[in-house]
Amino acid sequence: MERTGAQILMEILKEEGVDTIFGFPGGAVIDLYDELMRSGLNHILVRHEQGAVHAADGYARASGKVGVCLVTSGPGATNTVTGIATAYLDSIPMVVITGQVSSHLIGNDAFQEVDIVGITRPCTKHNYLVSRVEDLAKALKEAFYIARSGRPGPVLVDIPKNVGAAKTDYQPIESVAIKSYNPTYTPNAKQLEKALGLLKAARKPVIFSGGGVILSKASIELTTLARNLGIPVTSSLMGLGAFPGSDPLWLGMLGMHGTYRANMAISNCDLMLAIGVRFDDRVTGKTDCFAAQAKIVHIDIDPTSIRKNIPVAVPVVGDCKISLTELNRLVAEYNLSADNAQRAEWLTQVDYWRKEHKLAYKQQEIIKPQFVVETLYLLTKGQAIITTEVGQNQMWSAQYYHFDQPQRFITSGGLGTMGFGLPAAIGAQAAFPDALVVDVAGDGSIQMNIQEMATAVQYKLPVKIVILNNRCLGMVRQWQQLFYDRRYSQTIAAHEPDFVKLAEAFGASGLRASKPAEVEATLQRGLTMPGPVIMEFVVESEECVYPMVPAGRPITDMLLV
Amino acid sequence: MKSEKHTLTMLVDNEPGVLSRVVGLFSGRGFNIDSLCVAETMDPKVSRITIVTQANRPLLEQIEKQLRKLINVIKLRDMSDDRAVRREMALICVHARPESRDEILRLVNLFRAKVIDVASNYYTIEASGDEDKMTALIGLLKPMGIKKIARTGSVALYREPKRGI
Repeated sequence: MERTGAQILMEILKEEGVDTIFGFPGGAVIDLYDELMRSGLNHILVRHEQGAVHAADGYARASGKVGVCLVTSGPGATNTVTGIATAYLDSIPMVVITGQVSSHLIGNDAFQEVDIVGITRPCTKHNYLVSRVEDLAKALKEAFYIARSGRPGPVLVDIPKNVGAAKTDYQPIESVAIKSYNPTYTPNAKQLEKALGLLKAARKPVIFSGGGVILSKASIELTTLARNLGIPVTSSLMGLGAFPGSDPLWLGMLGMHGTYRANMAISNCDLMLAIGVRFDDRVTGKTDCFAAQAKIVHIDIDPTSIRKNIPVAVPVVGDCKISLTELNRLVAEYNLSADNAQRAEWLTQVDYWRKEHKLAYKQQEIIKPQFVVETLYLLTKGQAIITTEVGQNQMWSAQYYHFDQPQRFITSGGLGTMGFGLPAAIGAQAAFPDALVVDVAGDGSIQMNIQEMATAVQYKLPVKIVILNNRCLGMVRQWQQLFYDRRYSQTIAAHEPDFVKLAEAFGASGLRASKPAEVEATLQRGLTMPGPVIMEFVVESEECVYPMVPAGRPITDMLLV
Repeated sequence: MKSEKHTLTMLVDNEPGVLSRVVGLFSGRGFNIDSLCVAETMDPKVSRITIVTQANRPLLEQIEKQLRKLINVIKLRDMSDDRAVRREMALICVHARPESRDEILRLVNLFRAKVIDVASNYYTIEASGDEDKMTALIGLLKPMGIKKIARTGSVALYREPKRGI
């Protein structure tokens, strides 16, 4: 069959199960957009290309499918870089299609030309410059395969204008195999036996789960293992929701802003079962002191994650779901159970830590940001999809919104990208039009991609935005307060827009609460209004996120409230 | 932990940008490159890259894993021990004064090197061997006055089995 490059692209997108793409047109992709009109695919026109990538990212995190975005060459392509790096650090499956100048112009500094393949080489899982239309189908099929298999990640496909327009004889590609790329899904049975041996002997075990458990959809298997053996569970920011936040075995998040009990449990355990994690510095603090008494079993699909930052006793390379299923089978075979007298003392100790220092704040005359998040949790019964911006708003969401299910907490963990939350919420809402999607934002980061309000209004995506307005860049201000003697360099907002009027100007609704007594009613009203809503909460400006472990210190060195 | 020299060779797809992925990985992650060699193999779709790097054990493990993770790296081997042969080559332009010419030619013979160009005052020598041999030859020629030098990185191949030898 004779097809143009643009037709091949649309056919493959449909073959790969794509229904919605996020993008922004331009000269180099005009042929692709022309074909898009006839394709039947939904296209969401963003207001800035960074919004397109974050939206595709939010779509992917909420649905587990590959997110797709389409942008033009040059500035269109460079505007996606932050979003690509965001997805790369959090291992989110995404295919980014960029236009390129015609192949005969490449290298000539042509209008809107940039070497996007070169620029994104270190922040994509893989990328392609398709120089001939004959190579397009293979590159696209491989891109989807690479993006979603193994440890997922973003893949960029750069398509020169003439390749989109050129015709070729096209035969659909049935299956993709890449000689040099074969992720290990099935774990080594001997390693799992070793892990089980350690589990059997452990008196003070802890499970530390991460984003890998969510990506491999292994929540049920994780929960089964923890409950059957009565092992307490903590997680990284990326892992929240994989284990129910309301379960008595749940310790809360680990690390710099982790709970007292999680940090104490990890620091005193004798066995850590680490699943789908990469031991980020925000989790470990000073690595020499991290879980110093523990033997560590580390399960991850990416061999480079193992022994990168932390030495481990038993490495297990494999998919989290398959590995946990296998572990559960071994647990049943060897009749291990939660009835373990040796561990009773440990659970009592963990419970003591739980009571000793709880997450806390005191609601006084001015609204406390934690109170807003806690009220949001209670009103939504923990059932909303929560996206966040980055900084204090993100940490309070992680601490005070308890997730019972995976894929409900959408946040930029690794890169810490301000401006992520609103476009990500748009993407999540596009994936689940009937779900309640709430972006918990700060007044600083919401302004980084505020233009996407127009997108939300245009496509009737009723995202709800909760702005915790402390009139400052709160997290940096917190560091300045604690470690720089309150020298607030450039972190106090001298001028800010009226967020209520701003919402209205975009055609959305805006609400504001300035007193604690108004918080619940404002949330109640805002969450039930149709269409996108900005709810602004004027909160305490010098509030800090606690506990806090100063960077580079052992995670037992917590500043508590 | 002690840092040691390692010779890593990898077979990679012979495509534009592949070398840049490999080298970018070293620079981006702060790994070090002592030398680098790249050329096509018998299969025109596959190139061989040889990199000499300094690393301790855990770092070497990380470098190898990161390289294997690159989609275009087909196969990777550490060729640092006796099971492999390693060679590098140098072109050395040395000042050939009448009184030192005999000594230069004697060294050339001893090191099984060749004089490949003779100018009025200079000899250009082609030499190949393992790293120690090259360093020794250069050290001995230095007192005569080395004008310029071009060295390749190391290349390496695994030895085939020696049955019945």
